Amino acid sequence: MNALLETRGLTARYGDFQALFGVDLALGEGETVAIIGANGAGKTTLMRSIAGVLQNPPDSIRFEGRAIGAMPADEIMAMGIAMVPEGRKLFPSLSVEENLLIGTYGRKTGGYWSLATVYELFPVLKERRHAPGTALSGGQQQMVAIGRALMSNPRVLLCDEISLGLAPVVIKDIYKAVPQIRQAGAAMIVVEQDIAQAMAVADRVCCMMEGRVTLTGRPDELSREAIHNAYFGAVA
Amino acid sequence: MIWVDTVIQGILLGGLYALFAAGLSLVFGIMRLVNLAHGDLIVLGAYLILLLVTLTGLSPFIAAAVAMPLMFALGYGLQKFMLNRVLGEDILPPLLVTFGLSVVLQNALLEGYSADSQRIQAGSLSTASIELGGINLGVMPLLTFASAVAVIFALNQLFYQTSLGRAFRATSDDATTASLMGIKPAGVFAKATGIAMIIVTIAALYLGMRSNFDPSIGPARLVYAFEAVIIGGLGSLWGTLAGGVIIGVAQTLGAAINPEWQILAGHVAFLFVLLLRPRGLFPRAVD
Amino acid sequence: MMDKTTPDYAVRTGTAASRISAIVALVLIAVAIILPAFAARSLLQDLFYILTMLVLAQFWNLLAGYGGLVSVGQQAFVGIGAYAMFAMAILTGMDPVPAILLGGLAALALAVPTAFFAFRLQGAYFAIGTWVVAEVVRLTVAQWKSVGGGTGTSLPRSATREMWFTGAIENLFDVKSAAARDILAYWLAVLLAVLTIAGIYRLLRTKRGLGLAAVRDNMEAAKSIGVDAARMKWLVFVVAAFGTGLAGGLIYLQKARISPDAAFSLQDWTAYVIFIVVIGGIGTIEGPIIGVLVFFALRSLLADYGSWYLMVLGLLGIVTMLFAPRGLWGLFSDRTGIELFPVRRRLTGGMLSKSLPLSREE
Repeated sequence: MNALLETRGLTARYGDFQALFGVDLALGEGETVAIIGANGAGKTTLMRSIAGVLQNPPDSIRFEGRAIGAMPADEIMAMGIAMVPEGRKLFPSLSVEENLLIGTYGRKTGGYWSLATVYELFPVLKERRHAPGTALSGGQQQMVAIGRALMSNPRVLLCDEISLGLAPVVIKDIYKAVPQIRQAGAAMIVVEQDIAQAMAVADRVCCMMEGRVTLTGRPDELSREAIHNAYFGAVA
Repeated sequence: MIWVDTVIQGILLGGLYALFAAGLSLVFGIMRLVNLAHGDLIVLGAYLILLLVTLTGLSPFIAAAVAMPLMFALGYGLQKFMLNRVLGEDILPPLLVTFGLSVVLQNALLEGYSADSQRIQAGSLSTASIELGGINLGVMPLLTFASAVAVIFALNQLFYQTSLGRAFRATSDDATTASLMGIKPAGVFAKATGIAMIIVTIAALYLGMRSNFDPSIGPARLVYAFEAVIIGGLGSLWGTLAGGVIIGVAQTLGAAINPEWQILAGHVAFLFVLLLRPRGLFPRAVD
Repeated sequence: MMDKTTPDYAVRTGTAASRISAIVALVLIAVAIILPAFAARSLLQDLFYILTMLVLAQFWNLLAGYGGLVSVGQQAFVGIGAYAMFAMAILTGMDPVPAILLGGLAALALAVPTAFFAFRLQGAYFAIGTWVVAEVVRLTVAQWKSVGGGTGTSLPRSATREMWFTGAIENLFDVKSAAARDILAYWLAVLLAVLTIAGIYRLLRTKRGLGLAAVRDNMEAAKSIGVDAARMKWLVFVVAAFGTGLAGGLIYLQKARISPDAAFSLQDWTAYVIFIVVIGGIGTIEGPIIGVLVFFALRSLLADYGSWYLMVLGLLGIVTMLFAPRGLWGLFSDRTGIELFPVRRRLTGGMLSKSLPLSREE
């Protein structure tokens, strides 16, 4: 298998509640995979498992062949898997620039992304670099969150619901940045509620429902009906 | 003229209280941990410096410098192996564990050193004074106050100008997201407590040179430190200095009226500020 | 179609274990009452100490374990209760026994401004705030010359000689007045301990108690269902202060000698109490009972070793919080599921009373 990142039979529980039922996912070098599904489908649980916020059996997640399922988040980040967390989660005590800088704390690998290039990607951030992170609008905060993750020049970028709570116009703006991120070399997993946007940027789309992958395929291969059934459950 | 002199002595005394409080403020600001053994750790530091001075004949200042890495290691280990285990939503475990630690420290020192009063000899420094604008100022209190200002300045530099400081602030905001940035919260906490112990060592130096100490005086130092932190407002290091000064001035003024009222005056000032400003004078906006 | 023989649904708290222990408790109380007839004076004094520490521990546990309020300043109420009692006896010639009640009331009165200040603080800062108040009271009382100022004083002869009931006790057991005082103090301690435990248990079983547990577990959620969290905190705080004040008055009635450092001692009235509750098991009524027994056993064993005794206590406290946060009773209760003072409410009756596995008592 030459997948950059893959999960095998990933199962996750919160106490008595099982959120994932044996999820298999593979991400190739430079690939963008979109994961869609309703609330509670397990998308964020999947991301948190990969990012190391949740611990799993070592073998259930592999990165470049290494078993990372049980590694803590800070070590996974150092290996080159960076997360743009759901809800942005900027640090209120840090300025915009400091939020970006903290992205390099655990991984100082050189590469395309630096303060200069992140500011090029999102010019509005440069204007407000000294403002407290949380004083910005939702869309700008999302840009900071993405930039923060990019600063470590990750091999894999995990984007968890970056369109959440944002106006369509703003979402479009943010997604304009995706091609540049792809060009710089990162593989991406994009969790999205906005199906259209997800289909537009992805090489492959995965649909999840109630903790299971119900459909995968290239966007042009999938019919609306197939997605609808996979998203909501097949109509009896 | 006496009152001006009293107030100035109070301000300088405030420097000592600010030193007591700075380590506490740091640790609380980062991990919301209140270490009830803080005062006893200061006393431990004083005994450590005393030991080094007695063993090696070094000057107290050099001895303190030697003690600092030892105290850092102690704080680091304490946090890593004991306190990190009880950090969490529940406030009870850290309170009770540090309370237990306080009792253990006091009694261990009692066993090791007996209840006799000790003093770190500072030679001519303890009585030296300089004259400024007609007032006699002790060199020791001036040095103490200057050290307090220097420590707080250095801490602020650390917090706002360094990568570690950013990590401190980020972890204090959101430990989970901080770990997504490659920060190990457990390690950050341990470093913070280690740094706090370095400040404790400085406080211990001045405490030990200035007055007699014995194993039982820890809790009172803890109370002054807390009062200073609360008056100043959680999260503000300069506020802690202001808090220390207020307590110091209240105490010296109280003592000037009646020596038996010194400590009471400090507590009354604290309660008074608490009455008017429950969150302190310079509270952090985000909490 | 309703089955007429199915009993109605009901909420119960009693269990088999608790019914047995209720009977055992009654037997113990009976024994305790007649003990002075054949027990040595030193045993009565030891039991007095155990019972009064138990009372203090139960109230601290009510505050911290059920109310979520960690106070490091309860010694303020011990001291003020004791001093109020002494003041009434010395200044007005009142008999010390009823003066204990006034001690409780004085503590209650002190609790009001204390709560006012302390509730402005949260968590650990609340704890220190209560400590500061205790220090302020201690330092202030030390200025009060008529009750001995900083060095303290003793109960006047007139008060100790002719205390209520001591005459009857002297005749009943054929003892001298000092021994009679000890017996009286002991009986009062038994009474106070029984009332305290019964009272706290009763409180926890009422709606108020449920509200209290809710506030401790999650204040916002509790508020959202209509629990007046602030009122609960106040209630618990002043009740604990009152009880602690009564205990303080009683303790110093037995000692007959007082000083500010002793009556407001952090070590004797807070440190020991905290260890008793923590090691025994915080948040349960059984915990402090176990705790006080362990504490007393340790004290007797290590009495000659001064600071080692406290070090052992401190280390035990630390180890308990690190590895067994629910204390000795918690370890036992978790293993066996036994509760002697159960407060959890179980739904019984209706469908649950049929012989299904669900209906078995826990």
